[in-house]
Formats: sequence, C-alpha cells, structure tokens
Amino acid sequence: MLDHLINGLALGNIYALIAIGFALIFGVANLINFAHGSVFTWGAYIGWTLIVVLGVPWYLALVVAALGCGLLGIAIERLALRPLAGGPPIAPLLSTVALSVVLDQAVERIWTPDPRSLPAQVPSLVFNLGGVRIGLPDLLIAAIGLTSALVLWLFLTRTKLGWAVRATAQDRDAALQMGVDVDRIQAVTFGIASGLGGVAGLLVGIYYNNVYPSMGFQAGLSGLTAAMLGGLTSVPGAVVGGLLLGVGESFGAAGLGNTYRQMISFVVLILVLMFRPSGLFGERSALSMDPGFGGFFAAGRTFQIRPLWLVGIALVALVAPLLLDEPYMYRVFTVALIFAILAMSLTLVAGQAGQISLGHAGFFGIGAYTSAILTTFAGYSPWVGLPLAALLAGLIGAVITFPALRVRGHYVAIATLGIGQIVAFTLLNWESVTNGPMGITRIPPISIFGVDIVRPSEFYWLALVVALAVALVIWQLSRSHLGRSWRAIREDETAALTVAIRADHYKALAFGLSAAIAGLGGGLIAHFYGYISYDSFLARESILTLTMVVLGGMSSIPGAFVGALALIGIPELFRPLADYRYILYGFLLLLVIRFRPRGLIGGP
Amino acid sequence: MAPLLEIRELRRHFGGVAAVDGVGLTVQPGEILSVIGPNGAGKTTLFNLITGLFPPDTGEIAFAGQPIAGLAPDRIAELGIARTYQNQRVFANLTVRDNVLLGAHRRLKAARSLDWLPLDRRRSGLLSGVGLLVETARALVRPPSVRAEEAQLEAELDEILAIFGERLLPRKAEYAKNLSYANRRRTEIARALAARPTLLLLDEPTAGMNPTETAEVTDQIVQIRGRGTTIMLIEHKLSLVMAISDRVVVMDYGKKIADAPPAEVAVDPAVVEAYLGRRVRAEEAPA
Repeated sequence: MLDHLINGLALGNIYALIAIGFALIFGVANLINFAHGSVFTWGAYIGWTLIVVLGVPWYLALVVAALGCGLLGIAIERLALRPLAGGPPIAPLLSTVALSVVLDQAVERIWTPDPRSLPAQVPSLVFNLGGVRIGLPDLLIAAIGLTSALVLWLFLTRTKLGWAVRATAQDRDAALQMGVDVDRIQAVTFGIASGLGGVAGLLVGIYYNNVYPSMGFQAGLSGLTAAMLGGLTSVPGAVVGGLLLGVGESFGAAGLGNTYRQMISFVVLILVLMFRPSGLFGERSALSMDPGFGGFFAAGRTFQIRPLWLVGIALVALVAPLLLDEPYMYRVFTVALIFAILAMSLTLVAGQAGQISLGHAGFFGIGAYTSAILTTFAGYSPWVGLPLAALLAGLIGAVITFPALRVRGHYVAIATLGIGQIVAFTLLNWESVTNGPMGITRIPPISIFGVDIVRPSEFYWLALVVALAVALVIWQLSRSHLGRSWRAIREDETAALTVAIRADHYKALAFGLSAAIAGLGGGLIAHFYGYISYDSFLARESILTLTMVVLGGMSSIPGAFVGALALIGIPELFRPLADYRYILYGFLLLLVIRFRPRGLIGGP
Repeated sequence: MAPLLEIRELRRHFGGVAAVDGVGLTVQPGEILSVIGPNGAGKTTLFNLITGLFPPDTGEIAFAGQPIAGLAPDRIAELGIARTYQNQRVFANLTVRDNVLLGAHRRLKAARSLDWLPLDRRRSGLLSGVGLLVETARALVRPPSVRAEEAQLEAELDEILAIFGERLLPRKAEYAKNLSYANRRRTEIARALAARPTLLLLDEPTAGMNPTETAEVTDQIVQIRGRGTTIMLIEHKLSLVMAISDRVVVMDYGKKIADAPPAEVAVDPAVVEAYLGRRVRAEEAPA
C-alpha cells in the first residue's frame, strides 16, 4: 500500500517537472508545446551517452542534460515559433508537432530504435522507516524534483528576470510596454522549461534503468495531463497535478494491472478536458485564453487550380500505372490512394470545420480492425465488413470526440491525440478480439462478381474508384449549406452560434463523417495488405496524414491527393531514404507552415 | 400592445464588477430603441446577455412572451434575434455571398429536417443525430426542394445586398477579409438581415465610419425598421441617436439611469451628469 504511494510520489515528481514546463510555456507563449515530450527523450539520451559512453558521473550528466535541453528549447523557440509570431494560432501548434516528429526520429537514427539499458547509478539501498520501505532512487527523484521546483519558485519570485517572466505570462502587451523584452523572455522560458524536461527524462532513465525513443511521447502526454489538472498556467498547480496523477496512476496500475498504467493518463486527460477544463483548482478556464481559430488561415499564395489541371491529374492517375506496369508501382499508388482517402477525411474536420485532429489514425485503425475481424474470424464478406467498418468508425468518431467539441483550439488537438492513443492501446491490449501484438493475418480479399481482387493492379482500380467517390461526396457536402456552416464555425464559432448554427451538432457531424471515411480507408488497407497490426495506427500516422493535408491545402480535395501522392510516393521512389522518411516529413511540415501556410492548393 | 422584449432586474457580474446591475426595460414591436451611455456602462454586456453569449446571474428576459434568459446563443438566434458586433465579426475567409447566406441559416429548410417533430423533442440526442443524417443525405442528393431553396436564397441575397446600393452587390464574390472596413460592417448587417429577424441588435454600426457613410447607414436603419424589424441600437453618435430613435435608454455603471424619448433624455440632468460630470459650484470646489 505505502509502496504504491512512494512509487506514485516518485513518478509524480517526474510528471510535475514535465508539467511545470508545459505551464511555463503556455503561460508565456499561449501555446501547448507538442515538442516537450521529445525534449524529455533527448534529455534521457544525452544523459545515457554521457554516463554509458563517456563514463561521466550521473549527477554531472544531469547538469549537462539540463543545459543541453535548455539550449534545445531555445532553438525550438527560435526556429519553430518566433518566425510565426503574428500569424494564425494554428501555425505554432503544427510547428511544434512537426518538430516533435523530427526530434523523435532523430533519436531513432542517432541511437537506434532499440531500448538502451542504463546500469544502476545509485545503489538500490532500501531504508526501513517504521515499516515503510523507501528506496534510495525514490528519495533521489523526490529530492531533485523538489529542489528544481524550489529553485524555479525562487527564480520566479525573487529575481528580476523571474518577475519579467511572470509579467509576460500575465499580460504580454503590458509587459512589452513596460520595457520587458518579451521575445527574450519567451526564449528564456523555453530554455528553463526544456531544461526541466531534460532533467525529468534522465531521471526516468536512471529510475527504470533504461531509455527508449518513444519514452517522451508517453511521458509528455502524462505531463500535459498533470498540467491540465493543475490549471495549465499555474506552476504550483502543475506540481500538485503531477503528484496526484503519479499517485493515482500507481494505485490504478496496482488495481488494474500494469498494462493499464498508460491508459490511466489518457482517460484522466479526457475526463479533465470534458468536465474540468480549468483544472482542479482553477476558477477561470484557461480556455478563455485560448486564441481560438478565427482567421484560421494565414494569407498566402497558392496555386490556382484550373479544371484542366484536374483533367491532367486524372489522366496521370489513369495512365501512369499502365506505363509503369509492374506490381510494385501499383502497390505504391494504391497505398497513396488509400492515404488520399484518409487525408480527404481530414480535410473535412481540419479544413472545413477547423478542428485539428491528431488522432485520425485511430479511426483508420478502427475501420481496419472492424473489417478484418468480421471477415477473418466471423466469416462475413468484405462487402459487409467495409460498410460496418465505416459505420462503427463514424459512430465512435461522433460520440468519442464529443469531449473534444466542448473545447476549442489547441484543446481539440490534445483530446484527439489522446483518443487516438486510447484506440491504439485498445487494439494492442484487447487480445481476445484484436489478437494483440500479433496483429491479424490472412485477411480475405475483396471479391467482385466472384472474382477475388488480389493482383495489385486490380486493387489499384478499386481504390481509385473508392477515392473518387469519396472526393465526390466531400465536394458535394462542401458546397452545401453544411460546408458553409462548417466553414463559419472554423472562422468564428461565436458568430456562427449567433446566426443559429448549432456548432456542437455540426462539429460532431463533421467528426462522424470524417471518421467514417477514415474507417472505410482503413477497411480497404486491411484487405489490401491481408495483414494488419496495431503499430500501423499510431500517432505518427495521424501526423503523417495531417502533413499531407497541410501540404496540399487544408480544405482542398485535390490537395489531399497531391499530398498523399507526394508523401507516400516520393520516399518509395528513393528507397535509401526509407529510414529517414519521417524526419523528412517533419521538416517538410515545418517548411510548409513557415513558407506556404495555405498549402500548395488553396481550398474553400 | 405586448412588448416584444421584456427585461426585468437583469444582473451580471465579472469578478467584482457589476457590468449589468438590475436593468429592466421593454422594447415595443416596430420601434427603434437606442442604448447609450459612457464607455464601460454595460451596453454591450446587455446585448451579450440578450443574445445568450453568457447567462445572466439573475433576472428575466422574455422575447415575444417566451423566457430566453440562459438559453444557448443558437437557440436564441433561432427564435428570431439577430445581432452585429462592436468589433464586427464577419467570416473573414468566406465570400460576401456566403456570409449573407449563413445569416439565413435560421430559416433554412435544408437544416431543419426535424421540423415535423414537436419543439421540445427536436433537440434530444438520438433524434437530432437522425436529423443530422437526413440533413446530410439531402445535401448529398440535392433533391429539387433543396435546389429550389438555394435558388430562392440566391435571389433574396441580391435583394438584401441592394439595401446597401452598389456597395456590396458588385463584391458578392469577394472574400470578406478583402473588403474595406465599412463594407465589412455592411456585410455584417446584411448577414443579420438575412435571418429575417424580429429583433435586430446593432452594436455601434457606424463606428469608424465617416459622416457620409454614417448618414447612409442611418437611412438604412430607418429603411430596415420600415420592413417591420424592431431594432435595438448601441451608438455613440448622439446626432444619429436623436434623429432616428423612438426611445433612448441611458446606462451608466451597469444601471439604467434614463428611459425616455430622445428629446427628454437630452435634457435629463442625470444623463448630462453621466456624460459630462457634475457641475461643481465654486464654494464646493476643493481648494
């Protein structure tokens, strides 16, 4: 019992350190820094290199990791945020998402994707204090966590620079008028927040004796949950939120089994977003400070689409595979078309309704598994499986995103990210239904008039027909009063409400339809590959899809095709780049946001 | 005649500030009622309470006899109250045409697939889900009834834009963000008119306009009232207020300090004091 409490408090200290970082940055830059988890990973790996490769003592490594991550944070601010100042609030959000992909993938390339063990640095002494057993590592984490929080508190309340940070957080314009160099303060804040994140990363590595590339993603979401519990802008709130979450998670894991440990954070995150978006202690919701997405798009040049272009694209689609008549090309183009379906589904929510989804791979996965399970295990025809895949994904999409609808702006992105993770987690752990980590094999092919669609060329034509049908549906919706109403919500939700648009209903409809289309795409890919496993439906696929849409033009249907073709096709053509593809995607996303924020092709 | 809008003892606090502090007023059908007062008097908060952007702490608002205090803004808009905003909120990345068509959303048959149900059932969760699906199916198939409605709206659009002469008609396909400031305000008024509201709330419609443009808008407000729309107007340009109002309500520090025809308000000592401060006699003046 008390063991769980101790373990929970140790974990909670880590979460608190991460949460403080989120709170500091949100306070000063009004931004949820999606790259914060990646900084955590970098801290762990910098520390691992110093300790294991260079033989530096752990306490020195901790200091160097803090400094290194501090510099990394300043670089993030400089490269991904400062250039976007004054632009639409969506830009910095996407920019930190892009950077997190680059940083995470860079870790995999530099240190390999495999976990690395970090030999115990601290003797695992156990003190027995009146029946309570406390390990030295627990004490160490508590001491470092509390010291860091205390130093930060002293800095914020006792130094001039700390005052400037607090003043900037409270009122940026007023601080500027009082002569505070807010840009410098923002850089300092990123440095401090990231330094703390790096310390947390290395502490976790020391505590669990290993480091691995995806450690920051999970820790980042938990830290964000802790920050949200504490009200998102409050540093003491972040500490309390972190400790509460750590203890809650520890007891939850003890009660439900360790598998569910990860799930606890996500569920708490969704519950907080749903019922207490202002945190446990906050009176005023930080939501009201959220910039919202009025003026969603930056001004920017796009290529004008002429009807002739569409004819041209259609011709390429028809002729290209014929010219390159080999199964491999057909496979590449088929995958691109299926991703185009997924990307088009995202234009509906992100482009039309203005709700950024970072969880679309989840709906894609629900569709894939639904059709795969129905056809493989229950013996139904894919013609039953595919519609049910769309239906179930759509239903779950409409219902599950409801918490996301109560909230606006950045919070939608967090909620959908959490929901996507819950889906991926369920696919992995609901073994009796999904076959767990083994995935599902021998998924039967789709057959048309008794002919099985097994050859890549045949499947290509099927995917093309479905993709064009989806394009037609979305185009028809886009020009109806529904499209108009979605775009009104995107532009200014309050104004939309005062012209009698039921924004919550229409947003749920957009999510439902979008998830159904994504589910249909997932069903197709299941029957195309004949094999699926949970790891095709993770956050990086969601971000890949988002990159396609940003590249093509957030609300553009042809843009979704162009984006999918570019991002699936180009890495396939340059096989040596395969390992670096996600890094390239990340850089591409950064560049598009910076230089062509409306994408290649503008939409309505 | 029964009042169109009746407000009683309306209160709303923000922190320690009573933005609207026990205001009561009535609006008669067909009249132009102006609300004036110094900055921070609570005029815009009053509008926000009427249109449901936030609920009042206490007090009652009845519209056409129906209590609306605390209803969601989309419900209130549906009942026939349209508004414009002090800092104009047109949909920037949409065209003038789309902006105005969106105003008509409240009476769009394509968006009201559940109208055959009794009012209180239309908003229940499952049914409204079914309604949305019907709505989607009709949007996809575009049956003749939907096309006819779109065509009719298109015709109405020109009619509404014509109120503003040649200001907006030639710019139908222009994005709202590319319009001049005054034209954006006109677009916002056109959007509100497209709802065919019973009550129209205009929050400083002439802010930032030059005298010619102001005179134009003044004429247009009178013209709109002539079509049978009741109007509540927040305005700082007193000459405009005096020229077209049937009645003027004066607010100061969240309270109503006068409610009378324009000529009486202009000479009301309480009003003069709120605007100019109190005349201080020599012997009272601080040394």
